[in-house]
Amino acid sequence: MRVVAPVTVVPRKRRGVELALMIFALGLTLGAYALVDINVTGELSSAFPYVAGICTLLAALTHIAVRWRIPYADPVILPCVILLNGLGLVMIHRIDLINDPPLNGARQQLIWTAIGVLMFILVVAWLNDHRPLQRFTYTIGLAGIVLLLLPLVPGLGTEKFGAQIWIHIGPYSFQPAEAAKVLLAIAFASYLVEKRDVLALAGYRILGIDLPRARDLGPILVMWLISLAILVWQRDLGTSLLFFGLFVMMLYVATERAGWAVLGTLLFAAGAYFGYLNFSHVRARVGAWLDPFSNFDLYYQVINAQFGMAWGGLLGTGLGLGRPGLTPLARSDFIAAAIGEELGMTGLMAVVMIYGLIVARGLRVALQCREPFGKLLATGLSFAFALQVFTIIGGVTRLLPLTGLTTPFMSQGGSSLVCNWIVAGLLLVISHQVRKPAATVAPINPDVEQTQLVKAGA
Amino acid sequence: MNKPIRRVAFIAMIMFGLLLANGTYMMIFRQSSLAAQPQNRRVRDAEFAQNRGAILAAGKTEIAKTVPAKDRFKYQRVYPDGELYAAITGFYSYDRASSGLERTYNAQLAGTDDALFVRRLVDLATNRSPEGASVQTTIVPKIQKAAADALGSQKGAVVALDPKTGAVLAMVTSPTFDPNDIASHDIESAGKAYDRLASNSQHPLSNRAAREIYPPGSTFKLVTAAAALADGKTPDSMVDSPDRLKLPRTRVFLPNSTNCGGTKITITQALKVSCNTAFANLGLDVGEDKLREQAQLFGFDRRHLPDLGGGASQFPDKLNDAQLALSAIGQYDVAASPLQMAMVSAAIANDGVLMDPYVVSTVRSQDLKPIQTHEPQQLSTAMTPEHAKELQQMMGVVVSEGTGHNAQIPGVEVGGKTGTAQSDPKRKPFAWFTSFAPLDDPAIAVAVIVEDADIPRNDIAGGRLAAPIARAVMEAAL
Repeated sequence: MRVVAPVTVVPRKRRGVELALMIFALGLTLGAYALVDINVTGELSSAFPYVAGICTLLAALTHIAVRWRIPYADPVILPCVILLNGLGLVMIHRIDLINDPPLNGARQQLIWTAIGVLMFILVVAWLNDHRPLQRFTYTIGLAGIVLLLLPLVPGLGTEKFGAQIWIHIGPYSFQPAEAAKVLLAIAFASYLVEKRDVLALAGYRILGIDLPRARDLGPILVMWLISLAILVWQRDLGTSLLFFGLFVMMLYVATERAGWAVLGTLLFAAGAYFGYLNFSHVRARVGAWLDPFSNFDLYYQVINAQFGMAWGGLLGTGLGLGRPGLTPLARSDFIAAAIGEELGMTGLMAVVMIYGLIVARGLRVALQCREPFGKLLATGLSFAFALQVFTIIGGVTRLLPLTGLTTPFMSQGGSSLVCNWIVAGLLLVISHQVRKPAATVAPINPDVEQTQLVKAGA
Repeated sequence: MNKPIRRVAFIAMIMFGLLLANGTYMMIFRQSSLAAQPQNRRVRDAEFAQNRGAILAAGKTEIAKTVPAKDRFKYQRVYPDGELYAAITGFYSYDRASSGLERTYNAQLAGTDDALFVRRLVDLATNRSPEGASVQTTIVPKIQKAAADALGSQKGAVVALDPKTGAVLAMVTSPTFDPNDIASHDIESAGKAYDRLASNSQHPLSNRAAREIYPPGSTFKLVTAAAALADGKTPDSMVDSPDRLKLPRTRVFLPNSTNCGGTKITITQALKVSCNTAFANLGLDVGEDKLREQAQLFGFDRRHLPDLGGGASQFPDKLNDAQLALSAIGQYDVAASPLQMAMVSAAIANDGVLMDPYVVSTVRSQDLKPIQTHEPQQLSTAMTPEHAKELQQMMGVVVSEGTGHNAQIPGVEVGGKTGTAQSDPKRKPFAWFTSFAPLDDPAIAVAVIVEDADIPRNDIAGGRLAAPIARAVMEAAL
């Protein structure tokens, strides 16, 4: 009899690959930043060495934290995040330079990036494992819902561009939906892991699809009402879609019942149609999507984003050589249009592909994960990310009606940037837990071991 | 849970696929229409800052050119003698669009035309600032100037054609405007200048010569005469010319405004004195269909000179006999542009062959290589050469002995026809004159209209007001 040596698969850490990709992303970012300076002002700005230094330092810090605390984490996600964050910074800097004197948007964004990186390091180094989060299901869930509805509190929420999705405390404004996205993804995951057996019980069967039992409809109806509340009072179709979509998708993954997805889609369609019929702001968004040229002044922004992308064409005007400033909000909601104008449709598609890579790696982590909470959380975070990118870039390119979601890692704004760094941290933590080898036990060799003598009972 | 996660991954893949597909769709199907939108400031600014090609009149006279500027745009469009050539060049503005050749030849002038693609690549590679193509027109400055001077401040239009080629030698419309005001880099004052012109009750921006149509009055008798000749009549055929003609099945009488010289006269005589009743009878004789066919052979019911947005002249449909009688003398719903009436004279002068009128002869890239050339084209054979020659002689009589005597040029035989038309009893009549010269070897055909002719309504109006203008134009050409 041949004795087969026990095989222990130790996954490769691939930290070197990550470092190489990161240097590439950093090089691309700093090169683009310098190009903007040279193309707009003709010379490298005096601040460039500082910007380059800070960017390099922040990237190095993330790398060290990952190497130190989560060495088995996915090597692709972090460089992608750094590239997106960097490109966003470059575009904001570019739009700063349109104004005379230049604005300080890029400096603020750099500060927020530092805070984001700090949160990332906290998640990686201090939290280190996602599983303890499971203990705070209801606390986190409640916090998420409160944050989500916070902009509706009179005096706290402010209306910007028709949507009430911001809160103001003193001089600081904050988009709580971003934080709520992370919290609710965690809460949904742990709640559904607990309840999935019950929710998976089949009720009526219609058209080959098992519908859930009526008594289990509570959670989905609650979420539906919350998302309708967002649609009605916060007037934002995108946020409403994001949360309801996230919940329905996680419900489906947890229970493996397509009935939930069908039911959720129908509920959302009904809600959106109701919104279209009853709210002028929803109708305006749909109007801008279907036929923007019917009202040039009203749909000015969407039209100008289109003009910008058409002007950029396939290869773009070149960084600093387009006119993204003609589109209002080019640095935040419409940063994708600015990318499309200066880097061309090719550049915009490259950015979309980078987002796609992050989503793909995140879902891969979910597939590899062996425990349900991590699986569900990784799926939820990745899908919410995908849905957000799809909604906002789709809105800017007129694939969908426009919504007020942010472009992750790119648009100017602290709350979004910090929260997305936390998402990246969570995904990396889960991937580390998934890929790290199980605690090694001394190999067992039955021949060497002494047979334990057990005294047989009388 | 892996099966639903794979499905979710598939959905995410579809979402990203849709984003990419939409981007591709936008580039292929939406890009050009977006770039063509007049509100697109990116495209407009880039075009406005470009070294736009010149528009030239004969003899390389620049009637629109581009000079370097020192403000936020690198170049300024300039129209030397702007008011004189406004009907041809049109204007080129920042946010009030453009008109005339500036509009129809925009792609060539701006250098964005596909024919200039290689040139653009070379410019890009050699870092030269790209330059548009130049547009050569057929306008002859001397004739254009004579026409504008003769028309003076009267409201109206003059069109001169080369009967053998169809080339537009002069096109004047009055009141005119100065395109320099609208091309100014002071966007606000340019916009105001445009708005002032656009709301002016005299419509200085409209091209009266090619776009506007008027009742042609007695000048239309040329068409009726041509139809009668084609129908077998001769210049000497006799026609009834009562003092007044009772319009069939009405109680209305059509009077003569001149003494026709008898109650039965030759067609030559009828044309010479512009006898209404004789031509009404001729029209009734020839019939609606043949008259319309003749009008269409001369170019009615079709647009001409699309480069300048030319309109179609009209011969009405479904006429009863009374309406036919009125149409035969250019009244009722007959309407013609000055360009159309010049075409009638030109076709008669060119022995019956109607040439397609054109104003742009060549488009040249900046290295002077022609990229577009116009060859003279026949539109139709409106009359047989014999009939055309007969009608030429009849028109000669109109000028030498008849109502058109004011168009006489010493030493040159001229053929012509006067007209006076009233669109509305309350309005002042239109004075018309259309002519060609010399009679034996025509070199120019002219049509003149003066709106609001301030004299009593009779056939002399055309002869008195419009004929001298036509004469001045013909003299300048000969």
